[in-house]
Amino acid sequence: MKEKSQLRQKKMIADHFRRLADATSNVVYTFVPGNLTELLGALGLLPVLPEINALQSGMRGKSAGYIAEAEKAGHSEDVCSYVKCDLGMSLKGNVGPTGERLPPPNALLLSYTGCFTFMKWFEILREQYKCPVTMLHVPYQADGTITPQMRKYVVDQLRREVVPALEKVAGRKLDESELARRLALSAQAENDLVAVWEAGKQKPSPVDGYFGGVYYVGPIFSAFRGTMEAAAYYSELRDEVEARAARGEGPMTPDGPMGPQRFRLVVEGPPCWTSFNDFWSMFSREGAVVVASTYTRVGGLYDQGFRHDPEHPFESLADYCLGCYTNHSLPARVGLLEKYIREYGADGFLINSVKSCNSFSVGQLQMMRVLEERTGVPGGFIESDLVDSRYFGKANISNRLQSFFQMIEARRARRSA
Amino acid sequence: MNDPAAAVLAGLRELVEDLEFRHVAEWKKTHPGALAVGHLPVYVPRPLLEAQGCLPVAIFGGGDALDVVRGDSFFQSYICHLPRSTVELGLRGSFDALDAVVFPSTCDVIRNLSGMWKMLFPRQEAFYLDLPQDFSPELGGAFYAEELKRLAAVLEARGARPLTDDALEAAIERENERQALLDELAAIRRDEPWRLRASEAYLAARAGTLLDAQEHAATLRELIAKVQRRPGKPYDNARVLVVGSFCEQPPYGLVRTLEQSGCDIVDDDFQLGLRAVRGRIRVDCFGSPLEALVSAFLQQGTPTACRYIGKAAKGEHLLTQIRTAKADGVVFLAASFCDPALLDQPMLEKTLDDAGVPHTSVKFSENTGQFQPVREQAGAFGDSLKLWGTR
Repeated sequence: MKEKSQLRQKKMIADHFRRLADATSNVVYTFVPGNLTELLGALGLLPVLPEINALQSGMRGKSAGYIAEAEKAGHSEDVCSYVKCDLGMSLKGNVGPTGERLPPPNALLLSYTGCFTFMKWFEILREQYKCPVTMLHVPYQADGTITPQMRKYVVDQLRREVVPALEKVAGRKLDESELARRLALSAQAENDLVAVWEAGKQKPSPVDGYFGGVYYVGPIFSAFRGTMEAAAYYSELRDEVEARAARGEGPMTPDGPMGPQRFRLVVEGPPCWTSFNDFWSMFSREGAVVVASTYTRVGGLYDQGFRHDPEHPFESLADYCLGCYTNHSLPARVGLLEKYIREYGADGFLINSVKSCNSFSVGQLQMMRVLEERTGVPGGFIESDLVDSRYFGKANISNRLQSFFQMIEARRARRSA
Repeated sequence: MNDPAAAVLAGLRELVEDLEFRHVAEWKKTHPGALAVGHLPVYVPRPLLEAQGCLPVAIFGGGDALDVVRGDSFFQSYICHLPRSTVELGLRGSFDALDAVVFPSTCDVIRNLSGMWKMLFPRQEAFYLDLPQDFSPELGGAFYAEELKRLAAVLEARGARPLTDDALEAAIERENERQALLDELAAIRRDEPWRLRASEAYLAARAGTLLDAQEHAATLRELIAKVQRRPGKPYDNARVLVVGSFCEQPPYGLVRTLEQSGCDIVDDDFQLGLRAVRGRIRVDCFGSPLEALVSAFLQQGTPTACRYIGKAAKGEHLLTQIRTAKADGVVFLAASFCDPALLDQPMLEKTLDDAGVPHTSVKFSENTGQFQPVREQAGAFGDSLKLWGTR
């Protein structure tokens, strides 16, 4: 049975796609990491997030056809499957995940955070849709800090280039008080989301911070941050999670309520969307609960203290963009994972390395070695892809996971011996 | 008659193929206290490094002459080859003479490699150079100027000379001289490709990424003088442009194979990093040489798959290159799993289709060993250009 927050989210998404199909407002395509949803909302613009459409296509079994379409059009099998899935979808009529046709973009907002492929993706869409592109170059946190120069560069771009360009698309001036109002709503939702994440520290964990977690981040990563609906959703979700925790219950899984939790894991890397439930079941049936994950932080590292700030709207938008998980250096990512492993009491960590995403994947084998050395906690490594089912080897992944769980048990037995 | 350029070319080849980077160690012996600074390909402001008394040393991985064993264990199979051979070289000590390595913002692989380097080789400074993707002087320009100052300060802290305007101006002037000679070399190859083959021009350019501008200029002068004395006559070859391998380099044998298949490669982007700024860097138009360096990157930057297109039309630069080189067709030669090149390629192919320019595409990795299929494909392409091309 679905919980109230799930039903609420489902309706929110359906309403959003209906608004898009009705083309009630101008539409801006943009990306999840470093998205400027409050700014778009304050200007009355509707966001479309091609990554979300791609993952939804993957979950609905449509991505293989879309990828084939893009490869027929000349795109290499080597490159990101999100890009090809999105292009294939548009070549097939741009029918979105809910079955309704998506409108073409009035503009592309290229918030270039943590992924070089974004830049090429929107160059391709620009050629296709012949619409304006606004670039927001977000510097990389190579040394693990946001310098005043980096913040100034992003703020200046926002004020001098991004806002004027979006005002032109919207046909109206930005009302900064409306932007501030939305940022305050964002912070409210972010507080509740962090409480949900941190519930994973409890034993048993009332949440699955990866498979369940991707549903939890749905509204805040997509079109709803800074809205009343999102604030209501996260308040309701938090209540549900706290009630579950009070009852000593675990999260819901594809096979029903989770039973005894034998393994507490931290996971790095995105999930494989084409076999999402199969993948999840490989964990839940073994009693493995994911207590924290990094993928659910690609749209913002709220649990590390960041909040959108209505008092400093542009500075906080800049810090948000600069602070997304994949905009952090590898040493910083290792540091965060180490922190999660310790704070969430994990007895193993797993890396799901996806072929499509170099931003995530390059360096993960080294991350695993360093984390094992630092924490003494066993690490597992599996490979799959975001939405290209050709790279999901079910038997192979299942075998590896079995070995990984056995390794955790063996270590546990050795410790208690 | 003996080839007058043979000895110079042999020396260049030896330099390019030396995976121990012996010349760097030699250079440090003759420049006590000075730093050798490695950098990954595509673009790094070499005049700035030279102005601080450093030797810039480009790193292009290990090519096809290196057995990659340990490097492979750091990367999944779907990641390009350059980082694995680069890590291999690092682990076996080939970069021990380098004091720092600069990682320009080229792609996600090079970006993450900068973090790996910090953890693997903490003795060396691993500097990530964030190149702006906003090209307005007030925004991207101001940011880039700060990045360059930050780089200069980091190198100074490591023992390099402080950056001064005079030294930077002189280094820019030396770079301008080198670029003028590279232009001359390009013109020879374009106008008389039988006098200087692409594979030879490749050695001449690539060797320059291991030398300072002055030494490279001297070598180029010598080479140009010698190739001018070469006898020869035109071959009946197709004139092609090769694009897409600006970071990971094709094996030298692959470049030779393209030539042997009946193609004169009249222009390419193999060594784009050395040619990332087009034309002279004009110091006299700016308040400081640093401003000149910044402006050159913003205003005179060569379009590449790693650089945001801005308002320009996709492929415009490629069409200009084709016209300038009087090329009959284009060979896309991208490294396997090179996201920037491979994502760019369909857009560029469309531009060529619209302009009626024939093209073909080949993928490689730096240690590709099978050249025969490439020879057949390029040979057939060259024949088709000669039979049905516009010449």
